[in-house]
Amino acid sequence: MAIEKLLKDEATEEKGDRARMASFVGAMAIADLVKTTLGPKGMDKILQSSGRGFNVTVTNDGATILKSLHIDNPAAKVLVDISKVQDDEVGDGTTSVVVLAGELLREAEKLIMLKIHPMTIISGYRMAAECARNALLQKVKNNIDDPEKFRSDLMKIAMTTLSSKILSQDKEHFAKLAVDAVMRLKGSTNLESIQIIKKAGGSLKDSFLDEGFILDKKIGVGQPKRIENANILVANTAMDTDKVKIYGARVRVDSMARVAQIEAAEKEKMKDKVQKIIAHGINCFVNRQLIYNYPEELFADAGVLAIEHADFDGIERLALVTGAEIASTFDNPESVKLGHCKLIEEIMIGEDKLIHFSGVEMGQACTIVLRGASSHVLDEAERSLHDALCVLSQTVTDSRVLLGGGWPEMVMAKEVDDLARRTPGKKSLAIEAFSRALQAIPTIIADNAGLDSAELVAQLRAEHHKDETKAGIDVISGAVGDMEILGISESFKVKQAILLSATEAAEMILRVDEIITCAPRKREDRM
Amino acid sequence: MRCVLLVLSRRVVRDNFVISKKEAFAGGSSAYNAKHKSRASNVQNFVLLFFFSLLFNSSGTVLISLSLKSPFFSTFSLLSMALAFDEYGRPFIILKEQEQMNRLRGLDAQKANISAGKAVARILRTSLGPKGMDKMLQSPDGEVTITNDGATILEQMDVDNQIAKLMVELSRSQDYEIGDGTTGVVVMAGALLEQAERLLECGIHPIRIAEGYEMASRMAVDHLEKISKTFEFSLTNIESLVQTCMTTLSSKIVNRCKRSLAEIAVKAVLAVADLDRKDVNLDLIKVEGKVGGKLEDTELVYGITVDKDMSHPQMPKRIENAKIAILTCPFEPPKPKTKHKVDIDTVEKFQTLRKQEQQYFDDMVQRCKDVGATLVICQWGFDDEANHLLMNRGLPAVRWVGGVELELIAIATGGRIVPRFQELTPEKLGKAGIVREKSFGTTKDRMLYIEQCANSRAVTIFIRGGNKMMIEETKRSLHDALCVARNLIRNNSIVYGGGSAEISCSIAVEAAADRIPGVEQYAIRAFADALDSIPMALAENSGLQPIETLTAVKSQQVKEGNPHYGIDCNDIGTNDMLQQDVFETLIGKQQQILLATQVVKMILKIDDVISPADY
Repeated sequence: MAIEKLLKDEATEEKGDRARMASFVGAMAIADLVKTTLGPKGMDKILQSSGRGFNVTVTNDGATILKSLHIDNPAAKVLVDISKVQDDEVGDGTTSVVVLAGELLREAEKLIMLKIHPMTIISGYRMAAECARNALLQKVKNNIDDPEKFRSDLMKIAMTTLSSKILSQDKEHFAKLAVDAVMRLKGSTNLESIQIIKKAGGSLKDSFLDEGFILDKKIGVGQPKRIENANILVANTAMDTDKVKIYGARVRVDSMARVAQIEAAEKEKMKDKVQKIIAHGINCFVNRQLIYNYPEELFADAGVLAIEHADFDGIERLALVTGAEIASTFDNPESVKLGHCKLIEEIMIGEDKLIHFSGVEMGQACTIVLRGASSHVLDEAERSLHDALCVLSQTVTDSRVLLGGGWPEMVMAKEVDDLARRTPGKKSLAIEAFSRALQAIPTIIADNAGLDSAELVAQLRAEHHKDETKAGIDVISGAVGDMEILGISESFKVKQAILLSATEAAEMILRVDEIITCAPRKREDRM
Repeated sequence: MRCVLLVLSRRVVRDNFVISKKEAFAGGSSAYNAKHKSRASNVQNFVLLFFFSLLFNSSGTVLISLSLKSPFFSTFSLLSMALAFDEYGRPFIILKEQEQMNRLRGLDAQKANISAGKAVARILRTSLGPKGMDKMLQSPDGEVTITNDGATILEQMDVDNQIAKLMVELSRSQDYEIGDGTTGVVVMAGALLEQAERLLECGIHPIRIAEGYEMASRMAVDHLEKISKTFEFSLTNIESLVQTCMTTLSSKIVNRCKRSLAEIAVKAVLAVADLDRKDVNLDLIKVEGKVGGKLEDTELVYGITVDKDMSHPQMPKRIENAKIAILTCPFEPPKPKTKHKVDIDTVEKFQTLRKQEQQYFDDMVQRCKDVGATLVICQWGFDDEANHLLMNRGLPAVRWVGGVELELIAIATGGRIVPRFQELTPEKLGKAGIVREKSFGTTKDRMLYIEQCANSRAVTIFIRGGNKMMIEETKRSLHDALCVARNLIRNNSIVYGGGSAEISCSIAVEAAADRIPGVEQYAIRAFADALDSIPMALAENSGLQPIETLTAVKSQQVKEGNPHYGIDCNDIGTNDMLQQDVFETLIGKQQQILLATQVVKMILKIDDVISPADY
């Protein structure tokens, strides 16, 4: 009955400074963990899963790293969460957002040591974030009206994104792939219509964009391998014996002869269905579910190409590309929309046979075939390409563009510094701290590249005190360079998301003055 | 006695332990110890016990645990269910199976209970007010919640102490009844308990304290009524409502855009409010959240959003002037409840069955089409064939829509929920101006918006935010704001916030106390002191000097006879809450005082705690 029993056994409570310390330490540990992956010269991490098979992932994508961690610290979980959201929302900048939030907290910790109240820090941070956003808004460029320039902007953004990934060696090649793919979407952000097929073998350079559609399936035996001017019926229907769906129905027979009759009727039913399908006037039939041997044989007889067990995404994409509708009943051939394409053929990539649909009606969808030495390389390449595609598709909707290479951070830092000088009261310390946190990003980029970060950032800051500067860190030559000439660009939307969610997360963690951890739920030991 | 105790205790523990909080210990228990003076031989024994309990108790209050493992008591426990006598021949009644029970009685019980209540209040104290801090809570499954909503903190805190559970209940009932002020009520109860402890030490009987509190709370509530002001508002003039909601939101993490959120909350409440009956059904307001975007993107949808997409990827994504069939029967073959078998023994039967099956699907879809529906919303799944038939006939459909959402859709669109296809008639269809699908972010997240409904009395607040915890916290904050708006519609009286109402009540109660004869006068004064603790906590959390600020405001109120002076938490420069536009609802405040008093009375009346010992 004593007071120490306020909470249940094993539940713990941390108060005041200790709680704050615990959350800062956790958050900073996470930020330091992914810090080294930042920038074009960032390093990768190997992640080994604890599940069956001990799968290994090699990546430098912040969201992927953080997603696979088992974290116990609640503050660290907040950071993991913002990284995930960044991934879902804009696709790139997953590392930067965590690093920035970590730096903000690191600065906040120093201020708290100076006995500044967290609420003061928060209000300073809010003012600073607003000011930084406005600074970016002023410097932003928008080339949406000039398609040529816009395309080159997209290329630059794609190359900048890819330069920090495994694809950096062939970034031009991949940037072109990504830009082409995204331009085909014509403004939609639905990345589902871009299919990425990974095939081990060859080198990354052999990857290509295919304007048609590639289905990772084989053509049935004895069916035509090449069809011109194909009419395609895309279906989602059971092509086995087509069970009777009425509940409770069962077959009851009294002799073998009956069994044979029923079987024949079943076959007849199947045949009917196939006939109906063929009656649509098609020469290619793609089904999401399995096609059994008997109907497959019937299709082969009719000279129809039948493709079975195409996964759902494949079906949807194929329907989208060819303009077909996904059918499940076949009684009204006239009202079912068929898909068309100029040519269907079987192609070989590496060792595998794939079905290639070319000359499709709607040009929205396309396929990117990735080649690479190992499955790890391919996985990482896919993630990198996904990042690039996400950023590009977001840039297409919000075409504002900024320079990269630490330029936006320095622009923001300068404005925020100015604000700090103009603000009376303790808040100005927090605003100053915000500016320092922003400058930490170019510092880390330089550090990761093995450059003298203190020297470079100081130079950069001096450079930024001139008006209209375009200076940023040129990691390749190891000096301050003109970002416009180097063609390093970033999307405004990504930068804005990084800024806002990092500030939000830092604020959230700063506001905490007590951590209560419930006793972990007891799981039954299944071993 | 005090000196003796201290000396003894020091001797008992020697220098092995750091002696902390001696004063509290000695002062707090002197009244108790006096009674046991006669048992000189046992004093040392008691001291030992006391001292250990003190050591285990880090928070500085004195609890006395009569652990039955000590040799002093084990003699009694041998004689279970019998009358035992101590060394002076006084009888003891011993509980059955005493070894298994922990027992606290008399003043000890009250003190232990008070300290437990205070401990809970102390946790919440720092969350009070616009500069209050948040708490981070980790659930048994490792999920993290960050909040400063009192009810949520207490609910997730994994509390084990009975009295602490009472406080949790207290906060919850405030949440159910009023929706806001869940932190304040607990802080208030904590302050009342603290004052009661002091009175108990003076030897005042707990029942007298409880009675005094009761009288004082009535005075305070009446006084609140006196200083309250009615707020005029109408459907077009919502400014006053928005201001009150902003006061609520300003203590939350979302205070960055409190203005827009307050407006959303007020508009939502007004959309569903029944102004004639002065009632609001908050169930009609759906609060949905999706991670991503900014808090500023939060919007009010005059209609319903459903976290689903069309059943067939190629159905139209936008339907205008939709007529909606709301079904709770699946597009699947019938499954009668009674057990049955359909026997197939001939080929003919097999074929008829097949035909019928097709016919069945066809009928279902045709039925929907015939009544003129242009959108089907179904609680259950569809068969592939049915799905395609729907698509083929140009009838968009949504499947697996939850029961609650289905009801809301029915309310919003004025349709009826139809449990069988046979009962589908044109007049049972719901109507909506526009139904559209919207996709978010880079993943394939899609949602269905049903807008411009026939009956716009169901609305949805759609929250966006940087991360999951942010969304959850925004949901809770909006819930508070919605409740406040609802309370204002029920009763449009307000009092001024920032602690001004409490200070004013405290002055009034203090003044009234002098007119009451008897022991209750002390209790009423104590109540007035307890009321001061809320502005005090506000000032403390805002980084002001608590006592200086409070006394300054109090004297200002008395001098100028103006109850609008409160604590200037946001450092705006004036402490006139009228100018700062800080309002709270009258019923919320009244409820806070009443509920807190009730719980405190209950806790004071407990004089014996019997609980099973730890296993």
